Amino acid sequence: MMGTQELHDRRTTASSSEPERLERGAEHSGSLTAFARGRRRELAVAAVAAIVIALLPLGIHDVYLQNVLVLTLMYAALSQSWNILGGYCGQISLGHAIYFGIGAYTSTLLYTHAGLTPWFGMLMGGTLAALVALGLGYPFFRLRGHYFTIATIVVAETGLLLVLNWDFAGGAEGIQIPYGPDSWAHLQFARDKLPYIYFALGLAVLAWLVTFAIEDSKWGYWWRAVKDNAEAAESLGVVVFRSKMAAAALSAFFTAIAGSFYAAFVSYIDPDSVMGFQLSLLIALPAVLGGIGTLWGPALGALVLIPLTELTRSYFGGSGSGVDLIIYGVLIMVIALARPEGLMSLFGRRRKSRRGP
Amino acid sequence: MTLQGLAQILASGLLMGLIYALIAAGLSLIFGLMDVVNFAHGEFLMLAMYATFGIVVATALDPVLAAPLVVGAMFVLGAFVYFAVIRHAMRAKANIGMVQVFATFGLGITIRGLAQHVFTPDYRSIQTSFLAGRTLDLGGVFLPLPQLFGGLLSCLSFVALYFIIRRTDFGRALEATREDAGAVALVGIDKNRVFALGWGLGAALVGIAGSVMAIFYYIHPDVGTPFALIAYVTVALGGFGSIFGALAAGLLVGIVEAISATILSPSMKAVGIYLIYLVVVFMRPRGLFGNL
Repeated sequence: MMGTQELHDRRTTASSSEPERLERGAEHSGSLTAFARGRRRELAVAAVAAIVIALLPLGIHDVYLQNVLVLTLMYAALSQSWNILGGYCGQISLGHAIYFGIGAYTSTLLYTHAGLTPWFGMLMGGTLAALVALGLGYPFFRLRGHYFTIATIVVAETGLLLVLNWDFAGGAEGIQIPYGPDSWAHLQFARDKLPYIYFALGLAVLAWLVTFAIEDSKWGYWWRAVKDNAEAAESLGVVVFRSKMAAAALSAFFTAIAGSFYAAFVSYIDPDSVMGFQLSLLIALPAVLGGIGTLWGPALGALVLIPLTELTRSYFGGSGSGVDLIIYGVLIMVIALARPEGLMSLFGRRRKSRRGP
Repeated sequence: MTLQGLAQILASGLLMGLIYALIAAGLSLIFGLMDVVNFAHGEFLMLAMYATFGIVVATALDPVLAAPLVVGAMFVLGAFVYFAVIRHAMRAKANIGMVQVFATFGLGITIRGLAQHVFTPDYRSIQTSFLAGRTLDLGGVFLPLPQLFGGLLSCLSFVALYFIIRRTDFGRALEATREDAGAVALVGIDKNRVFALGWGLGAALVGIAGSVMAIFYYIHPDVGTPFALIAYVTVALGGFGSIFGALAAGLLVGIVEAISATILSPSMKAVGIYLIYLVVVFMRPRGLFGNL
């Protein structure tokens, strides 16, 4: 029991340290200004990067290089979405291909069977994927570590097998989107890749902006708390389960949108290419190589990884000699071993100075 | 369905399950020892199959006799992989889990590329074994001899594994290192040596499975992937790190696969495995025998 006298003493000590606290507060707000300045700088860098990328295709007329650019931007967006759940919230999913597949199949089926524009299909696919993520999260967010990761793989593989045996959706043969005239309404551009580049760029920018907004929001702090120590976060009032669910839904939504875009871009989908295990790994890989749980990691990782794999594949892959796989595999191994924090750690000093409170 | 048909399904499932258990045991051993999921495990299996194929082609030995050579080579490979890759991955100061996943994943892709480079992507098979194509007729239940041989070898391996873990100094060092890798250094156990031996043993186990499967399965660079997937599920089903959980889960997976191939369709046989996994893990989040 605490005596009244003691309580009074405490109150006086508290009030006596008031000036000190004010001083600390000033210091605190100083670092807050630095934090805000840092955030504005991130935005400026992103704006410059987006403008540079938007100008790039004006100088690139080679269709192959344009394809590489589209894929790089798409994987940047995908990995940024994966990063929300895997990087910020720390729930490592190696089954994101199922959301990509849901996006690709929903928009494609709605387009080929009901004639609905892919824009609508995209939203439907994203919503459906978010709902599936919530439905799956309900039982699986109890699982920890490797058990969770294996469960995500298993769910994606189950989805793959079901679609492979689903005749209405073309089974193993997949679906060919019939060619029409070039149009934004149908997201079809047979001759000119430029619109696809801008769409993919828009998607990457959107995913980046969402991550940027999250970083300094309640959810962003909650997710990082869940990642670092779920029990401690729970004891401080973070609703762990709901945090994970929100991260999963958001992550799945954007992954599916990228899936719908991919279907329109290649105008042919089959289960293995839009739902396979390799795709799940490819979605996670740029974030891991670039810097997991960082704002720029996924984009940087995609920028390094996708052109490198595409170029080695086109130079060495055709012969089936396996050299492309060797280069790809060694590259992943070397980056993982040499830069455990990802390529972002190359910019370590500058980022540390802008660290927030 | 006749009783005989049911017995046939159970028997084939059990034999395949013993092989799954063998593949999973190697994965589980390594995981239990050092918390690393080896994402190159399927490629280890594929390498063992190619090694068997290579020895058979080069020396005209029966694949059954080539098995000890393959297992020895896989042991060396496992220890080498530990020293060349895993040891460095363990030293990462950040994201240690992801570093291990992607270091082993990159290793797997590299091995697949090397296999494609050396052996070409063509499908190969070994037809020269004296076991090939023969079956044992047990009152109307037919058991193919290669699978039967694999099942026997798997049983023997698990007995040997039991003795290694429970009765030898290496086994005790293994258990002790698993409990507390820092503390074992204090009693003079070289952590690196135990880890390397653990990787060797894990690769040797999958080597046994590979040398048997080479007799009755097609060999190609991607052959390991589906089996690795089944092995991850088996290990998680049994409980990560529990070797005998892997045995029980392997048998369960084999039987469930055989049943769902009959009830659903052969192309959907993995769905049964996945559903069992999801149901089990929903009720027991750490698998059947997991205590981590």
